[in-house]
Amino acid sequence: MRHCFAITGEFSIYRAAELAQALHEWLPQAVEHGYVTLDLSEVTEMDSSGLQLLLSTQRSAQDLQLPFTLQAVSPAVTDVLQLAALEHLLPSAPEL
Amino acid sequence: MNLDEALHTFIEESRELLSDMEDSLLRVEQEAEPETCINAIFRAAHTIKGSAGLFGLDTIVAFTHVAESLLDEVRAGSIPLSQSLVQLLLNCCDHMHALVNAVEEKSSLEAPALKEYGLSLIQALEAYRQAPPTQHALAHVIDSSVIEAAPPENELTEWHIAVRFAPSVLQNGMDPLSFVRYLHTLGEVFFTETLLDQLPSLPELDAELCYLGFTLHIRTASSREELESVFEFVRDDCNLCITHLHDTSRSTSLEDSPWQALPCTPSNDCPECTNSCTQNSSSANTQVTDYSTLLTCPVADLTPATPPVQATAAPLNKARTGNDVQASVRVDAHKLDQLINLVGELIIASAGATEVARKLRHSDMVETTAAVSTLVQEVRDLALQLRMVKIGGTFNKFQRVVHDVARELGKDIVLQVSGEDTELDKTIVERIGDPLTHLVRNAMDHGIESSELRLARGKPAQGSVSLNAYHESGHIVIEISDDGGGLDRERILAKGIERGLVEAGRQLSDKEIFNLIFEPGFSTASQITNLSGRGVGMDVVRSNITALRGTVELDSHAGEGTTVQVRLPLTLAIINGFQVRVGNAVFVIPLDMVDECIEHKPQTSDTAQHYTDLRGSVLPFVALRQHFELQGPASTRPNIVVIKHGNHRFGLLVDELLGEAQTVIKPLSRLFSQAQGISGSSILGNGNVALILDIPVLHQQLLANSSDLNTPSHSVAP
Repeated sequence: MRHCFAITGEFSIYRAAELAQALHEWLPQAVEHGYVTLDLSEVTEMDSSGLQLLLSTQRSAQDLQLPFTLQAVSPAVTDVLQLAALEHLLPSAPEL
Repeated sequence: MNLDEALHTFIEESRELLSDMEDSLLRVEQEAEPETCINAIFRAAHTIKGSAGLFGLDTIVAFTHVAESLLDEVRAGSIPLSQSLVQLLLNCCDHMHALVNAVEEKSSLEAPALKEYGLSLIQALEAYRQAPPTQHALAHVIDSSVIEAAPPENELTEWHIAVRFAPSVLQNGMDPLSFVRYLHTLGEVFFTETLLDQLPSLPELDAELCYLGFTLHIRTASSREELESVFEFVRDDCNLCITHLHDTSRSTSLEDSPWQALPCTPSNDCPECTNSCTQNSSSANTQVTDYSTLLTCPVADLTPATPPVQATAAPLNKARTGNDVQASVRVDAHKLDQLINLVGELIIASAGATEVARKLRHSDMVETTAAVSTLVQEVRDLALQLRMVKIGGTFNKFQRVVHDVARELGKDIVLQVSGEDTELDKTIVERIGDPLTHLVRNAMDHGIESSELRLARGKPAQGSVSLNAYHESGHIVIEISDDGGGLDRERILAKGIERGLVEAGRQLSDKEIFNLIFEPGFSTASQITNLSGRGVGMDVVRSNITALRGTVELDSHAGEGTTVQVRLPLTLAIINGFQVRVGNAVFVIPLDMVDECIEHKPQTSDTAQHYTDLRGSVLPFVALRQHFELQGPASTRPNIVVIKHGNHRFGLLVDELLGEAQTVIKPLSRLFSQAQGISGSSILGNGNVALILDIPVLHQQLLANSSDLNTPSHSVAP
């Protein structure tokens, strides 16, 4: 069982600030585990700010030289990633 | 700005666009050069579709898309804009109106009735599109010059779109992804790149700012303008660059224009920016890097710095806002009402202060209060002016009414409008619509004869209904006239006698007879058609107008037509009043109606005499003391206030003239709704109540009395 940060419900502008804070605070834990993994299987809605937050987390992982993966994604997330041509982030893609 | 507000803006904007579209549709048949109109129609449909897409209103998008595609072909000249097509498009307009209304009421856009109607319209639209365009080949040839100049509309073009959003778009309630999503509906997006170079890592991230940009390649039939309009909602908040993906002719010509020399000015329509994009579009990799350099500059710096950029941006802005740029501010009507109310209170308070100053005989204070009153008066005039709107907007709505009704009746009728610039109070404008509609319909239905009959009578086959408005002594007069057959005097009289509205054998003037049709319960059976006679009679028209303190009169000439005159006060809130005293009571007469004041010298002791001599002509008058049965000390020097009401003059006998004063009209409570001759009340500076005289009613009563006098059966004076 991988240790991951799960985001549930709306992954959008309405919660962006709150989630950004939470992710930021969670990062040290991820450093301990040696990887950054998000669980997005329970995300019901995602917008540009969600996408941004996701990509910013990925950038942080890169800065820390940690692998970044998505554990699982909901259809809402898949839709957004496909729209932004970022399918390579989807779980099936070999990221590690 | 939250989403609700944005949606509200969308609803407002759509309504405006729809009414523009309707206007253009109604005009297009008469235009010598219909291209401008057709373009306006197309643009309206297109913008609505684009905006609806942003809000995910798929029903509107789907429906508008079909209409838009058809309009596109009309624009290209492959489908002629026939009369029946105009009608169909008008119906589409109505349907889109209904859809927008449904959005506002938050009711379902999929309601069966709406959906069914929408589908039937789509079928009708599709039928037009599938009709073989052979017969329009000629039109094609004629327009070929235009077509050559513009890129071929129906051909798929590959476009390169680079867009970077301002940090504030998310806070403005826009989701950049929704634009990308919408582009997918316009054509095939075969390349997408999300630009992340500005995106910081988590510690520096402000999650509510936008750092994203996109590069897209799309294969679509849409034009550059259409693609640009996708981003209309974030126009000021994004840096947009749309170019042909494979436009060799352009890229070569731009070879020598060094875009690098323009640091940091890649603006929306900057041609240099366009070129550089085109040049580098060969390889996807280099291209992306180029764009990032190009688009890295913060949006704040994007204000076009070079004159050529401004020059290109200006016409685009113009196209976006429509033909006339209106320097105006939208204000909530409620706020205006509050302002008027407060101004009303201010007038009463300042009148009170003036009164006190006068009583104290304090000259300095009298002077200051006088200055305050002058200012208050100016404020009042300005505040009232704010509520004034031109009647033209209301008149223009009738173009559609006339168009529709004429079709329904199978008559050829044209509407002529004049005096559109005449202004009147917004409240009145809103409430005059229904009565006017009825009068116009009536004129078309009963007034205008069939084409055959018109020709037989030596008139042009096309009937005409005209609306006219002008100001006259504090009132606005709206005239609805037709060039039809005129009213049948005898039939109306016969009906009036039958209904017991007039006594048989009584002598009535033409005007009195014609005005019988405003009596409740008056409807001649032969007149009922499916249009009029649907329960709303002329009596309702009159009571609606009376409720606005207005009057309605009708004049008709057999064979020449009928004119209905609606006379309305300019405002409902505050008037310049003329105060008079009768006994202990103070009355207010609207100053605009006061013509002059004369001293009354009773020639005989006979109080029943209700007329006097005004410079040689007979002036009938109403003795207010008797009329309202007032007590109190009579004056030894009574005066007559001469009133001008329309074309009539009559007098009011009063005890004392108090002079003019601003009067805030307060409605009378329901208890007094039956009181005749009083239209409202007002509070005086000393706190007392003054009643406002209802001049039209007094005039009518005077006429009734005098005709009683003239009628043989009533030889005894009342």
